[in-house]
Amino acid sequence: MQKTAQLFTTCLVNELYPAVGMGAVRLLERQGWYVEVPPLPLCCGQPAFNAGLLEDSRRVARVTVKALDGFDGPLLVPSGSCGDMLKHHLPHLFPEGSEEAAAAQRISARVRELSQFLVDDLGLGDLGAAVSGTVAYHPSCHLSRGLGVKEQPLALLRAVKGVTLLEFKKQDECCGFGGSFSVTHDALSGSMLMEKMKNLKAVGPDYVVSCDLGCLMHLEGGFRRQGWKTKVRHLAQFLAEGLPA
Amino acid sequence: VSPAPSPVFTDRAAQALADESLAATLRTATGLLEERRAAAAAALDDGAFEALRLRARAAKFSVLGDLAGHLERFEAAAKANGAQVHWAQDAEEARAIIRGILERAAVKKAVKSKSMVTEEIELNHGLEAAGITPIETDLGEYVAQLKGEKPSHIILPIIHLTRQAVAALFRKLGVGGQPLPTDDVSGLVEAARLELRKHFETAEAGITGANFAVADQGALCIVSNEGNARFCCSLPPLHVAVLGIEKLVPDLSSLSDFLRLLARSATGQRLTVYSNLLWPGRDAGDGSGPKESHVVLLDNGRTRLLASQAAEILACIRCGACLNACPVYKAVGGHSYGGTYPGPMGSILSPGLGEREGQDLAGRARRPGPRLRLHALRRLQGRLPGEDRYPAHAALAAQPAHGPARPPQAPGLQGLGDRRLAPAPAERAAQARPCRGQLARPGRLDRSRRPSALRLDPPPPTAPPR
Repeated sequence: MQKTAQLFTTCLVNELYPAVGMGAVRLLERQGWYVEVPPLPLCCGQPAFNAGLLEDSRRVARVTVKALDGFDGPLLVPSGSCGDMLKHHLPHLFPEGSEEAAAAQRISARVRELSQFLVDDLGLGDLGAAVSGTVAYHPSCHLSRGLGVKEQPLALLRAVKGVTLLEFKKQDECCGFGGSFSVTHDALSGSMLMEKMKNLKAVGPDYVVSCDLGCLMHLEGGFRRQGWKTKVRHLAQFLAEGLPA
Repeated sequence: VSPAPSPVFTDRAAQALADESLAATLRTATGLLEERRAAAAAALDDGAFEALRLRARAAKFSVLGDLAGHLERFEAAAKANGAQVHWAQDAEEARAIIRGILERAAVKKAVKSKSMVTEEIELNHGLEAAGITPIETDLGEYVAQLKGEKPSHIILPIIHLTRQAVAALFRKLGVGGQPLPTDDVSGLVEAARLELRKHFETAEAGITGANFAVADQGALCIVSNEGNARFCCSLPPLHVAVLGIEKLVPDLSSLSDFLRLLARSATGQRLTVYSNLLWPGRDAGDGSGPKESHVVLLDNGRTRLLASQAAEILACIRCGACLNACPVYKAVGGHSYGGTYPGPMGSILSPGLGEREGQDLAGRARRPGPRLRLHALRRLQGRLPGEDRYPAHAALAAQPAHGPARPPQAPGLQGLGDRRLAPAPAERAAQARPCRGQLARPGRLDRSRRPSALRLDPPPPTAPPR
């Protein structure tokens, strides 16, 4: 029987960057996996959770838990941020010992961020992609410090033929997005973005690659307004685009 | 007279952002501290720094698990040493107690060492109102006092100022007399030293905080890099120490862990220059030391915080590492936060003490001394300004589908085809529920609900920060 995984498409993939979801599916199918996508747009509940609105977050999570429980494949998340929420916080939204907490715990146990799954679980490195250009990798906060995924995306990027990885100053610092923080604290968020862009500009990459679309959306906005040619790419899309047709 | 600062974080942050040199100053200074902390951690054996953090966490949690018992042990030991122990429920009571102690001894001037808890209770204002002159003797605090500012960092009060700004202030006020100090740091230090020495010699009382209180000893530990704290609690005939009730550590052997952790986390030092361990009230037998010693134990919201979800913040040792790591702090500085305690730890502690609303934490801030879950705690602390946006989002996202007319996936994902659309085991029946028009408006939701209880000793985060 074919190995089956469930892909958590995340709000941003679903609403703004479907190519990332398609890219993830393409990568996984090439490795012989059958990919299921839950039929409903699902949110991990993080926007309300981060705002301290736990009850609202619970309402969102309840729907998500119902939709995702009952599968037994790995739940693949193309986002460190949503992944961290599902892995570490979802189970604690519900009363200890409740059925919902148990279901959330089952889901949590299945969660893998995409690059983590490809590298740690499948033992992959070279996926067969080739892209020529310089790449600056942005290690997003919740991916690297929440999920502890630091080396896996770099391993995948290093294996891409034609890619030169660039390091830059304060590489692991926040881009300033922070979800709704970028709306409620726009000036501050923008100032942090400028700092990130200042450090990126010093190395002038062709691509900025990350595993979190929130950061990339924020950076993309900054690049566009400043007339930069640098492209932003989610790792899944970047790798998929580099695959032979 | 400067205008009262805006009560809104975003307004104060906007003002801070308008000061172009501020963020540069902060980034330089905090960057240096971060590098030093990383080097200090790396200088230990592999994993030893993390082990130290976990031991400190466990020791603090054991104290918080029986705070009342530890406090009583501390009180009994301190009294046996000869100190007078006072309990203050809130800031007002603490000010009144300290004022009473000083007035009974006819104190006109008191030298102070750096203490965030005296900032919290606004002790200086209270003393000045009673005709007692407090003199801050930590160099940074001294400058802050001269400027009439609150400290903007919990270990480096004037991290937001350049040495040029300090030199300008000293020249304006004539600190150190002639010749006027240049902006050479050692010249500035010397000027302050000359000024402060006079105060040390004439003050009738010394007021300090405490970094740690050793429960079974009735002892206090105060660390400083300038030696001023030791002066404050040894030279004047009267010593008053004021500390939050969370400052307890169980015993001397755990204190050694905390001293190593605090110095490395705060400044990257292996040990702070002066680690002053004192047993208030104990007679050294040689006529040295204060004749009268008082310890004021302050609650001011801490027992309430202990009973709350955010109890873990009481294990914070105030090293400031989370401020140094926080990109928000670096961009706007400590004065933007509006409470006594700025930055990530302050975003949990200050609202917990009833000082103000919480602010956002960025993920990078998870770097306090004992391994605390600041990021998670922050979310337990309640709502943010601008929160009205979220109920709408929650109402939308909590619906099984965003209204009947909407395709279940964005057009791009339609390319996946039905083949890949797995059935949702539990949710199929509810799929078509309409929700447009039923969207909860802000105000319709009950937002006073409290989150459910949290264990005091949850496992540390699975991904330890490096």
